This record gives sequence, C-alpha cells and structure tokens, in this order.
Amino acid sequence: MAKVTIDGQSIEVPDGTTILQAARMIGGDNVPPAMCYYSKLKTSGGYCRTCIVKVSKGSDKDPRPMPKLVPSCRTTVMDGMEVQNNTSPEVLEARRGVVEFLLINHPLDCPICDQAGECHLQDLGYENGAAKTRYDFPRRKFEMIDIGPYIKLHMTRCIMCFRCIKVADQITDNRSQGMLFRGDASEISTYIEKVIDNDFSGNVIDVCPVGALTDRMNRFKSRVWFTKPMDAHRDCKKCSGKVTLWEKGEEVLRVTSRKDKWGEAEEWICNECRFEKKHINDWVIEGPRQVDPHSVISLNHYQNVLKLKLESGKPQKQMLLGKK
Amino acid sequence: MLPLTNRSKVVVKKEMSLSEKIYLPAIISGMMITFSHFFKKKPTIQYPEQTREFSAIWRGQHVLKRDEIGAERCTSCGLCAVACPAEAITMTSAERKPGEEHLYREEKYAATYEINMLRCIFCGDCEDACPKEAIFLTDRKVDSEYNRGLFTYGKDILVEGIEKEKRIDVTKRQTPEVLEFKKHKEFDHNVVFEKKK
Repeated sequence: MAKVTIDGQSIEVPDGTTILQAARMIGGDNVPPAMCYYSKLKTSGGYCRTCIVKVSKGSDKDPRPMPKLVPSCRTTVMDGMEVQNNTSPEVLEARRGVVEFLLINHPLDCPICDQAGECHLQDLGYENGAAKTRYDFPRRKFEMIDIGPYIKLHMTRCIMCFRCIKVADQITDNRSQGMLFRGDASEISTYIEKVIDNDFSGNVIDVCPVGALTDRMNRFKSRVWFTKPMDAHRDCKKCSGKVTLWEKGEEVLRVTSRKDKWGEAEEWICNECRFEKKHINDWVIEGPRQVDPHSVISLNHYQNVLKLKLESGKPQKQMLLGKK
Repeated sequence: MLPLTNRSKVVVKKEMSLSEKIYLPAIISGMMITFSHFFKKKPTIQYPEQTREFSAIWRGQHVLKRDEIGAERCTSCGLCAVACPAEAITMTSAERKPGEEHLYREEKYAATYEINMLRCIFCGDCEDACPKEAIFLTDRKVDSEYNRGLFTYGKDILVEGIEKEKRIDVTKRQTPEVLEFKKHKEFDHNVVFEKKK
C-alpha cells in the first residue's frame, strides 16, 4: 500500500496504482481530466497530456520533486507522494497549453457535430481553453469516411487519443483499423477503407472523446440535449445487454453503452444491441438515466430530478451534488 | 400582518364638511380638468393612417439569413431552440447532398424550421445563441391571422429570398463584435473540404 496526497487529500492505494486512478478514488473536483486514458482499455493513456500533474514530493524515501510535470495516467504512486493538480498554477497553465495544442487542428464545427453536448473536448476546452485561437495556418482537413454501414469517421475532428485502436485491438477479435503515417501527418484509417464488421466494433463510437467516430444511423437525427436518455436492457447472447437508449418521443434514436461519471462505458455492448434494436419494444425500460444536472443533456427535461433520486434511495447530500 | 412597505394607508371614514356635502365644488373642479384637456396635445395616434416610429432595438418577426452566395446559414444546431424560454422553436435537420453547396452553407441544414409566433415572446435569445449569425429579429411585424395554426411560421416565411431585393437588412441587429469578426477571413471554418493526398 502507498499513501498519496493529491491537492491536500490523502488516500491509501495499492502499489502500482497510477496517480489518476488514485485521484479518481478520491473523487471530487481535483481529478485531472483525461482525453486518451480509458480505465477499461489496457495500455491506454500517455498520448494527450491533459492529465499532467506536478509531483511536489516524490516519496517518503526520496522527497525530491519530479523535475517536470508528469502524465498522471502513466505515473504510478509512491508511498508518501505529494501531488498538485488544481492547486498548482504551473499545471493549470501547462494544461491550457495542451488544450491549445489539441484544438490546433480541431475544427470549430460543434454546431454540426453529433457529439456536441457530450464531447469531452468541448468540456475540456470550456474549462481550460482560451476563447481565441492564436493559430493562423490552415487546419488539416480530411474527407469523411464511412467505416462500414454504421460508423462514420471524421478524421478532421480526431485528436489522436488511440482509444479506438485499443478497442479494436482488445475488444474485437480482428483488428482492421490503425494509425497511418507519423507525427503531424498521422491519421486513423482502416486501410483502403476496409469495413469494420466485428461484433464489438461499435464501441469505438463510445470511446471516442470527440466526434471523430459517430453513429451513422443517428447522424443529424437530433441534438443530444433534445433526446432523453433511458436505461434499458435486453437478453443478449453476445453482451450484457445493458444500455442507454436515447429517445425522442417514442422513437429510439440511438443506443449507447452506459457511461459512468468519468464518461467511460460501464460495459461494452455488441453491434446488434447498438445498431439493430432500434424499437422501443426490443427493450425493457428501467427508467431515466441520471445525468449530471450541470450537463446540457439534462437541460429542458422537466422530470422531477429530486423526486427520482429520492425514489432510488440516494442520500440527500449526494443528490444535490449530482453524483450517481 | 406586518406591512412590507410604508405605502399602505389606513382608511379613516370621517364626517364630510359642508363644501364636500353639497358636491358642487368637486364637480366643478372635475369639469375643469376635463375642459383643460380640450387644449392639450392629443396623444392618440390614428393607426393605420399614422404609424408610430419604431425603436432602433425593436424586435419583430424573425428572419433566417442567407450568406453572400445565397446559401442558408442555419445549420440546425438547435442552440436557438434550447435558448428559447418559450419553447417556440422546433427543427429537424438533414444532410447536404453533393451539388447543394449553393443552397446550404454547411453539411447539415434545417430541413424544417418552425417558430410558433404565439409562443414567441420576442426576447431575442435565439439571436444571441446563434453561432452562425443565421437568425435575427427584424423590424417587421407579425401579421394577424384568423387561424391559430397559421401562426406557426415555417421556412417558407422565415428564410429570406435569394434575390438581392428580397434580402432583409439586419445590420442594425449586428453587434460591433460580429461585424469585426466578419472581417477576418481566417476565422472562416466553413470552407469546402479539400481532399488530402
């Protein structure tokens, strides 16, 4: 066990835990944001640098601070380590720089993008980004590609987080997409636009932190905040069948996996559940999905949030903080 | 109950004096007020022969703008609908097909766009929320109708005409910031995608 202090809050975590995981165990506002790290995907993280933190004390044995800011998703904790995240102006400034870099080639097409409203880059930019860009050069642009009948790839929006490649590698049985070229020229591709038809390939849509991989069947159907998320399940031979339905009226516009409070899928769902069961009668509805009251998704939904949460037996304090 | 303001007065019903009892002085003073109004300027405006001048910030019927080449600016992003306190706006979106670039500015456009003019409170929040400078409130009035259903204005009424003389001038409604932003072509992110080698 190792004792780590993050922004003044201490926690005992098993050896080998990363700083980011420890911060998530503590919870609250001091969790570093992460664009590429995904707890359910092995070897993810280390690409985007949004989760950088300052280690002001290496450990009890070697109390020297680490010379540079470190990515918290890839740095494991040491006993007695002291970490600064939001309390360090250096970290916040560096993070602003990282966000600026992420947004260099990212288009400002949120009004069109289907991900808008549940986009992690939007949230990150809102919290840590600058209001104006300093970049004068043309942004790199790609034609969009249809990856199979269900998935659309907007390479222009991609921030190179590698999550979809990890999904293809680890969740589906044969990988047909990967990274082409190097450095600034690198891009996600399926190589000769080869169709992804693995049973779990649809999960790349859920892991994508931006709108680079989107559901073709839901394309331009509705903005996220005009749909109602409902928890539902069905008997599925391939996956757990536990999903979130995004409804508009009686129509099921979209099926996604259930996202936890870090925006990560609780369980992977198969393509059959995701793309082929678009009728309300295919599902057993459990009730409305509880989304963060601060999220735009919970806007204009006149369901009595307090009442719902009381019924589900959550204590009042948590209820007001909007935690699940 | 404790009064919240000191404007309330306690009514006292006291005995009327002689001059109050005969009423004539009160009637005469009342008639004087009436008579004095014959010589004052008439505040009545003889509508429709006369019309009152509009305020510079008058907010009337909406317009959906087109850009310089006549393509619709609205991308059906739904921010106006979510900003609308009266929930008067609804829309559905569609994808632009190749060859429709002159009709719609971006790859998504509003297939239908409806404003319920009976719900609308003309607050101008839709205009504030619009990221594409597509919707503006103009100095036009909303006509009266015989049928409630006719107050739901669709794209046929809201979108301005392509011809130059049918365009609706909204320069009064544009803030200096918007006009300044428009000068910079490098901020234009709506350029057509180029194929990368």
